[in-house]
Amino acid sequence: MKSESLFRHLIKNRLLVMMSLPAVIFFFIFSYLPIAGLVIAFKQYNYQDGIFGSPWAGFDNFRFFFISGKALLVTTNTFLYNFAFIIVNNILEIVLAIALVEITGKWFRKITQSMLFLPYFVSWVTVGLLLYGFADFDSGIINGFMRSSGSEPIDIYNSPGYWPFLIILISAWKSVGYGMIYYLAAIMSVDPEIYEAAQIDGANIFRRIWHLTLPFLIPTIVILVLLAIGNIFRGDFGLFYQLVQNNGVLYDKTDVIDTFVFRSLLTTREEGMAAAAGFYQSVLCFVTILIANYMVKKYNKDYSLF
Amino acid sequence: MKKTTPDIVIFNIVSYLLLGVFAILCVVPFLMVLSSSLTSEQDIVQNGYTLIPSSFTFEAYKVAFKNPEIILRAYGVTMLVTVIGTIASVYLMAMTAYVIHKRTFRIANGLAFYFFFTTLFNAGLVPWYILIIKYLNLKDNLLVLILPALFNVFYIIVLKAFMRGVPEALSESAFMDGASEFRIFNSIILPVSKPVLATVTLFIALQYWNDWYLSMLFISDENLRPLQLLLYNMVTNSDELRRISALSGGGASIDLSSMPQNSLKMAVTMIAIGPILFLYPFIQRFFVKGLTLGAVKG
Repeated sequence: MKSESLFRHLIKNRLLVMMSLPAVIFFFIFSYLPIAGLVIAFKQYNYQDGIFGSPWAGFDNFRFFFISGKALLVTTNTFLYNFAFIIVNNILEIVLAIALVEITGKWFRKITQSMLFLPYFVSWVTVGLLLYGFADFDSGIINGFMRSSGSEPIDIYNSPGYWPFLIILISAWKSVGYGMIYYLAAIMSVDPEIYEAAQIDGANIFRRIWHLTLPFLIPTIVILVLLAIGNIFRGDFGLFYQLVQNNGVLYDKTDVIDTFVFRSLLTTREEGMAAAAGFYQSVLCFVTILIANYMVKKYNKDYSLF
Repeated sequence: MKKTTPDIVIFNIVSYLLLGVFAILCVVPFLMVLSSSLTSEQDIVQNGYTLIPSSFTFEAYKVAFKNPEIILRAYGVTMLVTVIGTIASVYLMAMTAYVIHKRTFRIANGLAFYFFFTTLFNAGLVPWYILIIKYLNLKDNLLVLILPALFNVFYIIVLKAFMRGVPEALSESAFMDGASEFRIFNSIILPVSKPVLATVTLFIALQYWNDWYLSMLFISDENLRPLQLLLYNMVTNSDELRRISALSGGGASIDLSSMPQNSLKMAVTMIAIGPILFLYPFIQRFFVKGLTLGAVKG
């Protein structure tokens, strides 16, 4: 059995080979061919000649991307936003999950959990419209409130200063109900007898949470945070694109690598430079994922990605 | 049995407040859409969008359905793409998972790595976009809304993990009876994988229903626009609203003020997210179940 050649093994299992073909072809076309297509980052792209026919440009695209100062700006923005999302969202998820498990009202628990999870189900296009309903200068709810209370209306779409706060808030709004579920599952898996024992020993609820629940959650926290760190250079395109749209005033505060690549490709049509920026991001992501995975592996082998 | 001590009282007060406030924040924006879509245009122009309608009218909905082809067509495209895409995607991913779940298949691990590697290194938007536009020529073809999202490595892994938990004796006895691998997959493994297939189906369906990215990139033909792209165009381009409200035909002389711009926007949003809001109470718990299923084996 073992000595059977691989070729014969595949012939014998040709049905399995055929069943894997759709996926093999799919990933070849949509993931591996584009990797070959990354040469465009070293080309002076034009549509006629295509990726492989266009003349070489050496490192010009990269040079342009880095010298323009954009590289530093979008990298910093991507990193800082994701960093803030990781901290804010995880803290909220943990706090709300603990609150949800420990409160006495069953009915309230069900209703609030459903409400918290709702934003996960709508698209970023919809979220963009919801924000517009609140933040629009003329008819937004926020300014309606400002005007009726006699304050000056605020022009949110023209004031970059509000945006870091808004974006972090909206990210939490959209994803906390979803992310919380991992923590809920972790808390529920704790043996209730341990709690009962602590209660009999006279530990009050805050001490119980601090000394029992939180330590139980630490493995989950470490894994989720490390996995998120692996993607820290990947911006959430939908979030940034649909909230900010083509509002150039805000770019300094809101542009992440993904939106920059998108615009360079489709608005300013600098395909070569867009590809260079994308290539740079791919390498950055690849390295951070490997590091994060290495750390997960050191922490707990069962949870590493590979 | 349980005693209500002061610490429990304090904890509950804080928790109720926290959860209550956050839960309300999650729902209020939808209330704004609903309320504003039912408010008269004059009221919105005067006071802005509202959380509680100050007047009550179906005017915006009437306008939206005056020329229903645009909205209905977008609905049709979205439903078609969601149904076909979800069925194809779930079936093909399950089949792939079946292949790599077989420990006796010698290239199973190699294949798994071939799939998995794409999540580690990804060429990014540019080569992928040029490939689809220039080499696959899929621009303005409905397939472009389905194909690029057919496979998702994460779900393949979840499905594989589930199938590994199925007792091998099940498929072995069928194998002894001479059933082929394809047969075993279809008539034994698929039926026993129902719980995990149900959750994956919901997640994939939601993804196809909500997709605006593929259509924004690759669809410019108005007849092929899904709902989300219509919604997106409506935000970025007020001509779109004019067409929906059937005021077109007059060219530049259109009187914008006669169109309930603001309430119409919210009415169309409501029409677009309506099905999700309606189905949400029923399907929500399946998503929660599915997530915890995935969480057990990451």
